[in-house]
Amino acid sequence: MDKILLIIQREYFSRVKKKSFLVLTFLVPVLFIGMIGLIAFITASQNEFGDLKKVAVIDESGRFVNKMKNGNNMSFTYVTKPFETTKKAFIKDGYDYLLYIPSSLTGVQLLGEKKPSPLTSGKIEDDLSNLIRSQRLVEAGIDTVVLAKAQKHISISPQQVKANGAIEDAHVVASLAVGFICAFLIYLSLFLYGAQVMRGVIEEKVSRIIEVIISSVKPFQLMLGKILGIGLVGLTQFILWIALTLVLSTVAGTVLVKNVKAKTEQVSAAQHMMAQDTQGTQVDSPAAESGNKMENVLKELQSIPVTKTISCFLFYFLFGYLLYSSLFAAVGSAVDNETETQQFMFPITLPLIFTFALAQSVIINNPDSPLAIWLSMIPFTSPIAMMIRIPFGGVTNLQLAASMLFMVLGFLFTTWVASRIYRVGILMYGKKASYKELAKWFMYKD
Amino acid sequence: MISIRHIVKQYANHRALDDVSIEIEQGKVFGLLGPNGAGKTSLIRIINQITAPDSGEVLFNGEPLNQVHINRIGYLPEERGLYKKMEIGEQILYLARLKGLSKAEAQKRAKYWFEKLEIQGWWNKKIEELSKGMQQKAQFVATVLHEPELLILDEPFSGFDPVNAETIKNEILELNKKGATIIFSTHRMESVEELCDSIALLNLSHKILDGKVKTIRNSYRNGTYVLEYEGEQVRMPGAAPFAILKETSHDTHQQMILKINAGSKVNDVLQYMLPLASINKLEEVVPTMNEIFIQKVGGATSSNQ
Repeated sequence: MDKILLIIQREYFSRVKKKSFLVLTFLVPVLFIGMIGLIAFITASQNEFGDLKKVAVIDESGRFVNKMKNGNNMSFTYVTKPFETTKKAFIKDGYDYLLYIPSSLTGVQLLGEKKPSPLTSGKIEDDLSNLIRSQRLVEAGIDTVVLAKAQKHISISPQQVKANGAIEDAHVVASLAVGFICAFLIYLSLFLYGAQVMRGVIEEKVSRIIEVIISSVKPFQLMLGKILGIGLVGLTQFILWIALTLVLSTVAGTVLVKNVKAKTEQVSAAQHMMAQDTQGTQVDSPAAESGNKMENVLKELQSIPVTKTISCFLFYFLFGYLLYSSLFAAVGSAVDNETETQQFMFPITLPLIFTFALAQSVIINNPDSPLAIWLSMIPFTSPIAMMIRIPFGGVTNLQLAASMLFMVLGFLFTTWVASRIYRVGILMYGKKASYKELAKWFMYKD
Repeated sequence: MISIRHIVKQYANHRALDDVSIEIEQGKVFGLLGPNGAGKTSLIRIINQITAPDSGEVLFNGEPLNQVHINRIGYLPEERGLYKKMEIGEQILYLARLKGLSKAEAQKRAKYWFEKLEIQGWWNKKIEELSKGMQQKAQFVATVLHEPELLILDEPFSGFDPVNAETIKNEILELNKKGATIIFSTHRMESVEELCDSIALLNLSHKILDGKVKTIRNSYRNGTYVLEYEGEQVRMPGAAPFAILKETSHDTHQQMILKINAGSKVNDVLQYMLPLASINKLEEVVPTMNEIFIQKVGGATSSNQ
């Protein structure tokens, strides 16, 4: 036991003391927060960054005058000059596009020096169609009040009924995001730290120190010590990341919300002015919208069971890692260098890739479906599947307990299998191992 | 010290050791010899408890080999290796502590050995920054730091220049004098004759020869002598009591290797030669371990490196 501790110590400190560990530990949260900040900033000040398209409108039908909505990086100006003259002059006059609506309403054209993006033309198409539909309905004698009612946009606010009958807002978007990020991090880190274990084993084998060490400790002790040591490195890194991210995001969050609010006010004020310039067109500020969205997302994030999510994340990371890294260790022991690992890596990484692919579609769309539940029970797939499900709140305590139990059993099983291959593999040189060979090694007596 | 009794080790396709029994006496230097693939490494791994035999047993001072003995054995494998990125001092402490030494004790002894081998300035260097000879010295220190009762050295001199090989040899002999039993596995027969008290020769998974070096060499005596005399080469008149195997002629003195005929004695050779030449030297040629090795193993796979 003392010896395992010694090995864990060496594996842990030899990695934590590296400069790259420190750099990574501090850089990742900064980059992460920076990225989120940047996205929020860009969303909030879209109009400043995205270039505003000025569209000249010639409306021969007269139906749409002053009715097109500004926004989405477009501002509409109505010109009364004839189409033929404007066609030649609109670019010189500082417009990007010319929208020509003939009185028959067929053959609407959008002219421009550059091709309009599908988004731009699509938006204009939608606007025109909506406007003409309303007008036709009014013409057909539908009351405008009825029309307004008919056009009401329904938005669903998902509510979750708790066991005690209390109703809470269900924060689907945030659950989605948190679940996905957690699953992704686990997916990534299983590969990352698993590969570290594998490389560590190969290093010991190639440098031939292995024989010296296993004349002092049992191969199993060495394997376990290495796995636990590197696992602790991963755990340290994640805990530091989580702590740093929480601290940084609290700081950044307050600053950001303040900024976004200020920006929103500024932008809408500016747009009011602009709107007045352009003959009092209706204003629908996307900046104001995105500012509200930001606040909502932050609010939603706060509603997710943070402690439960983080502790489950750490559990599934740790045991998922233990389960997979022992297999990685077995692979490392069976080869003489890293390039030979390919053939054995595939079956190990397959369940991970498979679950991660499903996570993005099936599980995230229906987190409590039988498939999702099964995937969150099987030890090879549960670290990813469970992390997607947890933030949605549909995981019962029984399911969680069962999944965790299977996880631990799965870890014990793979470690047992791996150690039997490992003890033989580390002493084999120059022999290209096949699966048949591995099976033989597994069967060897001690 | 070590009794190896009827060890069998079977791998999937071949038998590495087949009913091998060897006795190694306390405080002696024991040579484990054999061509490549004879089963030496398999046997060493069994003594080190890296692998277990399929049948048979190994006794350490009369007790069946078990975990307790691990800390009393020091092992220098043929293929040397240390962590390339780890500092040498730290690494030696780590390996010593894996053998059960306390940190303080390991530190104290490591300092002593580093000074003794004149590598004290290298404590904080990484292995990859050291010359090969330096790495070998470090590895040697790691092997002996926990003062093992049994030292298993697999080709300990490979990778050393003659000066350092001499240093290491003297250290080994000194450890032996202090009471350590040494198992010494090698292809180099001249060092066997110099160092070993007894040997065992393995070939094709079997022990084919063992005993004291002197006894073995004497038992392979076959009446071959070397004789040197002054002057011109002489012609041998009549029936000589020996057959000439080889003659070498130099300007002023001659040498011949001869084999005494059955029934004749050394004195007969002298009586025959004295009237003919002025003799400088007559000496028995005892077969070297190398010759015995080649003879026993069949010549094909032996090597002098």
